[in-house]
Amino acid sequence: MKLKELVEKFDLQIQCASDRLEREIKGGYVSDLLSDVIANGRAGDVWITLQIHQNIVGVASLKDLAAIIIINGRQPEENTIEKAKNEGIPIMVSKMCAFELVGRLYNAGISGTR
Amino acid sequence: MLGWLRGDLHIHTCLSPCADSGMLPMAIVKEAKKNNLQMIGICDHNSVENVEAVRKAGKRAGLAVMGGIEITSQEEVHILGLFSRKSALWDIQDMVYKSLSGDNDENLFGEQICVDEYDRVIGSNKRLLIGATGLTLEKIVGAIHHLGGLAVASHIDRQSFSIISQLGFIPGGLTLDALEISPLASRERRYAFCQKYDFPLLTFSDAHCLNDIGKSFSSFLIERASLEETKKALTDDNGRKVSIE
Repeated sequence: MKLKELVEKFDLQIQCASDRLEREIKGGYVSDLLSDVIANGRAGDVWITLQIHQNIVGVASLKDLAAIIIINGRQPEENTIEKAKNEGIPIMVSKMCAFELVGRLYNAGISGTR
Repeated sequence: MLGWLRGDLHIHTCLSPCADSGMLPMAIVKEAKKNNLQMIGICDHNSVENVEAVRKAGKRAGLAVMGGIEITSQEEVHILGLFSRKSALWDIQDMVYKSLSGDNDENLFGEQICVDEYDRVIGSNKRLLIGATGLTLEKIVGAIHHLGGLAVASHIDRQSFSIISQLGFIPGGLTLDALEISPLASRERRYAFCQKYDFPLLTFSDAHCLNDIGKSFSSFLIERASLEETKKALTDDNGRKVSIE
């Protein structure tokens, strides 16, 4: 599935890098620990987290993640969006909680294993 | 004789990837003196490599500089360790480096510049200082105390990297010496923390750029600017005390 389809299907609010939504999603990862994502995130993953600070962008770039989805309607900090624009990392916000969102993504065919 | 001294004991240097490159020893000391601080603490992320440079710059200018570190625990909680002995700094550094993996990417996380006491660049740190160590909170606080240091939970009111944001509570038996409140917290919020937690409260700037130095500080009624006296202030030893008003 492409990021673009994900945005429409799950009513995600795009915060930045809307020109990068043609990318194909390879899988998903959910974690609120940066060190865990650095260790286990894979290129092309969508990353589901509640963290809103700018270091999430660095981690997403480092691991070549497809996008960051922030849950519970939390708004990313301003400098997070600024950095994500520069790095070309799409950030989306979902009103859902992590459990609900991940369940729906899984049902839509996005998996945590490859 | 006791007197009130202003301390901002949580200041970053250009070694921290997220700090401004202008956070150089002489510049920091100058700014601290301008803001009427009598003692400062240098706590970079997971490294003590710029501490000596700032200490020497402080000595020349007559400003007390305490050496410290801001360690990221396995739970991604920031803990400040402040020390009086130079050897303790290197010991804690050694422990942190052994459990910190990865290399820094300057473009993604920022530069990590090592400097001397005249603000001259002497190198850069290649480790992923923004990363988390494999050390638990208990292990970090235990090690800080074992080395004679002071263990303070950083910016507990903040939404990221604080003990409250990561755990939601302070584990029983965790022998922290104090909790730090960030400059962002309102008076009401500070009061609420005072009521809620049975630890001394401190407030420091957590400065990442020169303008932020002294934005928040704690006042210590102590005999002299030293770690031992600061410790005594936290336990109200012999008339010593601390105020965050």
